[in-house]
Amino acid sequence: MTPSRSVVLNARALERTLARMADEIVEQNDGTDDLVLVGIQRRGVHVAQRIAAVIAAREGVEVPRGALDITLYRDDLQTVGPRPIVGRTDIPMAIEGKSVVIVDDVLFTGRTVRAALNELADFGRPARVRLAVVIDRGGRELPIQPDVVGKYVEAQAGARVDVFVLEQDGRDEVVLETEPVA
Amino acid sequence: MSARDLLLKGGQIIDPSTGLNTIGDLLLRDGKVESAGDRIGTPDGAEVIDCTGLVVSPGFIDVHCHLREPGREDVETIATGARAAAAGGITAVCAMPNTDPVTDNQAAVGFVLKQGRAADSARVYPIGAISIGQNGERLAEFGEMVGAGAVAVSDDGKPVVSSQLMRTALEYARAFNIPVADHCEDPTLAAGGAMNEGIVSARLGLRGIPAEAEEIMAIRDILLARLTGGHVHLCHMSTKGSIELIRWGKERGIRVTAEACPHHLSLTEDCVEGYDTHAKMNPPLRTMADVEAVREGVRDGTIDVLATDHAPHHNDEKARAFADAPNGIVGLETALAVNITWLVKPGILSLATLIERMSCAPAKLFGLPGGSLARGTLGDVTVFDPTRSWKVDPAGFRTKGRNTPYGGQTLTGRAVCTVVGGRVVYREA
Amino acid sequence: MTSPLGKDLLGLEKLTAEQIGLILDTAEPLKEISERTIKKVPTLRGATIVNLFFEASTRTRISFEFAEKRMSADTVNVASAGSSISKGETLVDTARNLEAMKIDMVVIRHNSSGAAQFLAERIESNVINAGDGTHEHPTQGLLDLLTLRQRWGSLKGRKVCICGDVLHSRVARSNIWGLQKLGAEVAVCGPRSLLPSAIGEMGVTVFDRIEQAIEWADALNVLRLQLERMEGGYIPSLREYNRVFGVTRERLDRAPKEILIMHPGPMNRGVEIDSDVADGPHSVILDQVTNGVAVRMAVLYLLAGNSPRLAEAAKGGV
Repeated sequence: MTPSRSVVLNARALERTLARMADEIVEQNDGTDDLVLVGIQRRGVHVAQRIAAVIAAREGVEVPRGALDITLYRDDLQTVGPRPIVGRTDIPMAIEGKSVVIVDDVLFTGRTVRAALNELADFGRPARVRLAVVIDRGGRELPIQPDVVGKYVEAQAGARVDVFVLEQDGRDEVVLETEPVA
Repeated sequence: MSARDLLLKGGQIIDPSTGLNTIGDLLLRDGKVESAGDRIGTPDGAEVIDCTGLVVSPGFIDVHCHLREPGREDVETIATGARAAAAGGITAVCAMPNTDPVTDNQAAVGFVLKQGRAADSARVYPIGAISIGQNGERLAEFGEMVGAGAVAVSDDGKPVVSSQLMRTALEYARAFNIPVADHCEDPTLAAGGAMNEGIVSARLGLRGIPAEAEEIMAIRDILLARLTGGHVHLCHMSTKGSIELIRWGKERGIRVTAEACPHHLSLTEDCVEGYDTHAKMNPPLRTMADVEAVREGVRDGTIDVLATDHAPHHNDEKARAFADAPNGIVGLETALAVNITWLVKPGILSLATLIERMSCAPAKLFGLPGGSLARGTLGDVTVFDPTRSWKVDPAGFRTKGRNTPYGGQTLTGRAVCTVVGGRVVYREA
Repeated sequence: MTSPLGKDLLGLEKLTAEQIGLILDTAEPLKEISERTIKKVPTLRGATIVNLFFEASTRTRISFEFAEKRMSADTVNVASAGSSISKGETLVDTARNLEAMKIDMVVIRHNSSGAAQFLAERIESNVINAGDGTHEHPTQGLLDLLTLRQRWGSLKGRKVCICGDVLHSRVARSNIWGLQKLGAEVAVCGPRSLLPSAIGEMGVTVFDRIEQAIEWADALNVLRLQLERMEGGYIPSLREYNRVFGVTRERLDRAPKEILIMHPGPMNRGVEIDSDVADGPHSVILDQVTNGVAVRMAVLYLLAGNSPRLAEAAKGGV
């Protein structure tokens, strides 16, 4: 049996979702002062850029952005097979006292966010850190909650949720793939 | 002396010394050859060994081995070495004098002989040192050593660096009619070298020993033999150039003889890849062109003798970084098989020529009894199966050494029975 | 669960171009860690690394130590002086003892070619060759490649000449293999007495005169001339060496193009290289040092991960 595949968000829906997320981020921060967006490599970086573009269009403010590669902060490095490729971490601004929003595509176990928080702490002490994700699919293994969510998806443990973005994948789409029922 | 007659029945008897090559019986009586070739009835009380399908030849003589006693009895003793030889079909070995202390006087020679007799296996003939302590300075007492039983002199392990000393040795040895065996190596060219100099040494970052280090000394020794009229015997020749130089000397009637060893006829410097210390010996393994030239030298008689250069070492000493490990491999129990596998099987040597190089020639050049199955000759006989395949398992060796590059390899040719003085000293289980 | 490099890093000769590329690609982003205020990532937390130096070394050992510490590994330095190494303990015993102490990685520097491989065959831990005799010094080769790649983008078709004592240089061997695998053309230049006699079979061009090398090359990797070579009789004098083979400003000024200058250090200024070249605008010698830490971090990262014991620890942790 082939796994079943359903589109959670199409290109238009994703665009609307990102716009709403941008609004919520500005709203929660009470404006754009001290706001910093930090995307998690790789798709989180693209999502953060999209959100920043929406904010720039609506508020006329270029929000500083950074990128985190959490590979070196993973807690499962010793158990994963071929070494994951290390991406670039780029935090071009001081984050001391800032209001940092970590941006990622999918929130699942929470381990990636945990690693991102640890890595962020090595760059300084922000005034507060929020979490914005396009999809929250549940299944947390750590006590981590998102502040801004594009869409909640009920996905079983074995299912896959993929956020595809134009910059990297050539299309905008969110897809849920569930395991075949035996 | 054996009380019973020994009848080796129905084998292919090959004796190059008499030109005999026939299926027949070999009868040994009172430790000597009584008859060879003719089918005979079994004499009363004789021990009979069925040699059908086997080759019966004069016993092999290894003119070059290191038995480590005295000094390194943990690595080999004369007894274990002699038994290893017998298991390899070798009925007599010549023990090199680079022991501790060096065999450089008549008492030391006597000790080796005594231990050899006590081993009661293959015969052990001592080789005395050329210089006292093998220090390359003062001549040892050749006359007394020969009187005590030495069959040759050599500083093997080291070259005779001084041309003057080598000249004197060749001159002085003439009175006793013994060969002066030299380890040909220019020590300044070879200094610090761990393997053959070439692309492999360049890649592995190991200091190389150029072929010329051997060849320079080979031609020096040949020229000194011409100068002195002495008999120079060149040990373990390993390069194409050496073969050409020896051929040059022989063509001019110079008294030069030479030996080659199984590893230089079968292996190349590529074996050092991976820093395998079992491929470390001196002279080092060379290139395929050298191997082919040495094989040709054995075939055409430029190389007179096949020896082993059996050199046992403790595993702990070989288990070191390549440059720090000692030179040498064991060879007594694999020599026959390696020679058959790489010389006879490919058709380079006939069995008769192999036997000539392993038995007749060494006996003749070193003035040893044996090397023939002529009636009345010493009853030293090797019975071997030239077609038997077997896998080399160093754990089963009789030598104490386990340092062989052939471990795990399947070779062809195996000694079945070794007879010394008419008595069986080894018989395959 | 094997690392993409296998268990050990012993030399560049046995690596593929892809493996070398992966190490360099991994090293690039790791350079950023050394720019941070907190120069540390938790990647190798709980891993124990022994830096086993049978031969004196300052910069390589320090570079490895920085790399290890920036990856949060626990490190122990064992130098030959004063340790059981100097008391005649064999390499085998050293290996067995290390294994008994449950370490995860060994960085070994030894004066015998093949020593790293020897150790690697006898212990389960990852072994990194930090220079074995005159064989290879793979991390130096890698940092040289990274330095050139940063300048050029690609090494394909670029011409690199290794100058000096190639015969005794592990850096030279690692460079030759690494450069060739990445598509560069390689030459060597030096007195023939300091080149392996079989150098022609290694796929490199040989220049007898430094002027020819400078005319040809896009980069020179100038090897250190050990002072012992003069005592060993390989060259008549350091003075003459500088006059005939030294990389000097005057010679470089006559070059038809800009030439990058590399040196693995430590430099003998005024012998193989003049100060105004070493400190000049085309020198990338300090980039090499910076890249050394990143490349070693990359190697540590890529080799880790097939250690079963660490895997267990990781499950229990965080």
